[in-house]
Amino acid sequence: MFALAVRRFLFAIPTLLAIIASAFVLMHLAPGGPFDQERQLPREIEQRLNAEYGLDLPIGQQLLNYMGGLLQGDLGPSMKYKDKDVLDIIAEGAPTSALLGLSAMALALVIGGGLGIMAALRRNRAQDYAVMAIAIAGVCLPPLVVGPLAQLVFGVELGWLPTGGLYRDQFGLAYLIMPAATLSLPLIAIVSRLMRASMIEALRSNSIRTARAKGLPEAQVIWRHALPIAMLPIVSYAGPALAGVMAGSFVVETVFQLPGIGKQFVTAAQQRDYTVIMGVVLVYSFLIIALNLAADLMYRVLDPRTRTP
Amino acid sequence: MSDLLLDDDAPTPVAIKGRSLWDDARRRLMRNPAAVLSLYVVAILVLAAAFGPMLWVHPYDAIFRDKVAIAPTLADLHVLGTDTEGRDLAARTLLGLRISLLVGVAATAVALTIGVLWGAIAGFIGGWVDELMMRIVDALYAVPFIFFVIVLMTVVQFDDPVLNLVLIFCAIGAVEWLTMARIVRGQTISLRKKEFVEAARAAGATPVQIVFRHIAPNVLGPVVVFATLNIPVIILAESFLSFIGLGVQEPLSSLGSLLSRGKDQLQAPWMLIAPAATMLVTLLALNFLGDGLRDALDPKER
Repeated sequence: MFALAVRRFLFAIPTLLAIIASAFVLMHLAPGGPFDQERQLPREIEQRLNAEYGLDLPIGQQLLNYMGGLLQGDLGPSMKYKDKDVLDIIAEGAPTSALLGLSAMALALVIGGGLGIMAALRRNRAQDYAVMAIAIAGVCLPPLVVGPLAQLVFGVELGWLPTGGLYRDQFGLAYLIMPAATLSLPLIAIVSRLMRASMIEALRSNSIRTARAKGLPEAQVIWRHALPIAMLPIVSYAGPALAGVMAGSFVVETVFQLPGIGKQFVTAAQQRDYTVIMGVVLVYSFLIIALNLAADLMYRVLDPRTRTP
Repeated sequence: MSDLLLDDDAPTPVAIKGRSLWDDARRRLMRNPAAVLSLYVVAILVLAAAFGPMLWVHPYDAIFRDKVAIAPTLADLHVLGTDTEGRDLAARTLLGLRISLLVGVAATAVALTIGVLWGAIAGFIGGWVDELMMRIVDALYAVPFIFFVIVLMTVVQFDDPVLNLVLIFCAIGAVEWLTMARIVRGQTISLRKKEFVEAARAAGATPVQIVFRHIAPNVLGPVVVFATLNIPVIILAESFLSFIGLGVQEPLSSLGSLLSRGKDQLQAPWMLIAPAATMLVTLLALNFLGDGLRDALDPKER
């Protein structure tokens, strides 16, 4: 188990290095330097700026410097906000993004899981068909479409909820409802589908037949015996789901004007603030790889069958 | 033996006319009302995307200076209204649908080509080549690729909007082939060992015949299903790019870029509703069709 963890970890390092290197090289292939502006800077000033940021060094050297900085948790300066580092920008947005992402995940697990279990227990009956219809439709309800529509309906027309913003000093749940619900819809769809399939499979297994044969009450069979088995695929889905939440949160934060990492990333992409783009991509890549790894290891802890004797 | 196979003129006795996998699949698909409805909707959408922008009374980039952001009206046939620059929204939505579908299909084609070749080669050769190729796929799976598309689109910008479009579907297609490679490899390996392939070989079929007559039709099912379900995924990816301003550039439009503009103009809700409704219908129809195809082609059901 420990050896496996180490091996997977060692496998993740070259992946991460490859991401860093290729993103870095791509960024530097970009035409035009970071100091190109409407008004042409005098040549000497541009040279001094390039020297200041180390941009006149050979690209290999720059890459090494960048990686050295990364090891010390330094993602470099922003190219557009001259007084901010990339890390500052990410740190500013992190609480909002984490709050949004975690609430969406929690909603997805509770609602999606609940729907999936219900569908599995009422298999091939009305509730099952209803849940599966929701699941197919939910995949087609991306934040991109749902977000602005929800804003229009609940924010503008009905006036029930604020259309955007998130005031952290006088925090209101009302500001979080629409963004979190929007972000969680496609996740609910996927989780409910997964949960239904794995619950049906779990209920068919021999251990459940044994539990029933022992005469355990049905509720105990389902919650104590079937559910832990059925949860396994959900655990391994956590990694990809997180990637989905992150990409979705770019849209949701932009639509609802939330000051999270996603909003800053979109702004940076529009302004071509290369170091910020790079920083966010790296942090998110790292998170996703780490989470995939954690989910994989957790799967092995939870499922005794995958343990090597 | 050979003239029985090759002589097309010989009348085929009706009694032994077999039902192919595809006949069966078509029959099952036609019995699924949701899938049939989706099929018609997809057909209508494709026709609208192909011919709509040509046939519609207003061009997508014509600016009506005296009619900026007007609500849907029958006057002058602005049936979906105009946008904040005074362009006809129906024309722009039709163009957006065309570009979104085009990107979806083209990027899927790119993903399909890479994925099928990769998977088929790994599956056929087997051994350490297979091992190596699939490890590469595993490693790439761990990488959040949408970020790569974003980086690529920030870095590379063509002035020519058409070149930009080509870049979009190449970029998206080049990152969406992983699942395809896995599916095709699995199918190839399981088929290689099947009795009917053995039988074909024993009957003297050449490897080319085996691949095209016996293996390809069986791999084709899952590939078709995957491709259908992949188109909406790619349409969404493109919309996402356009939404954050890295996709299709003005004056061209995609459903994503229209949505993005619509969300900023909530006082003119028709600018949001037209592309949002088109997008919903497109995604729903493609997903239900893909689902229906999967049920129809699943060999386990036979």
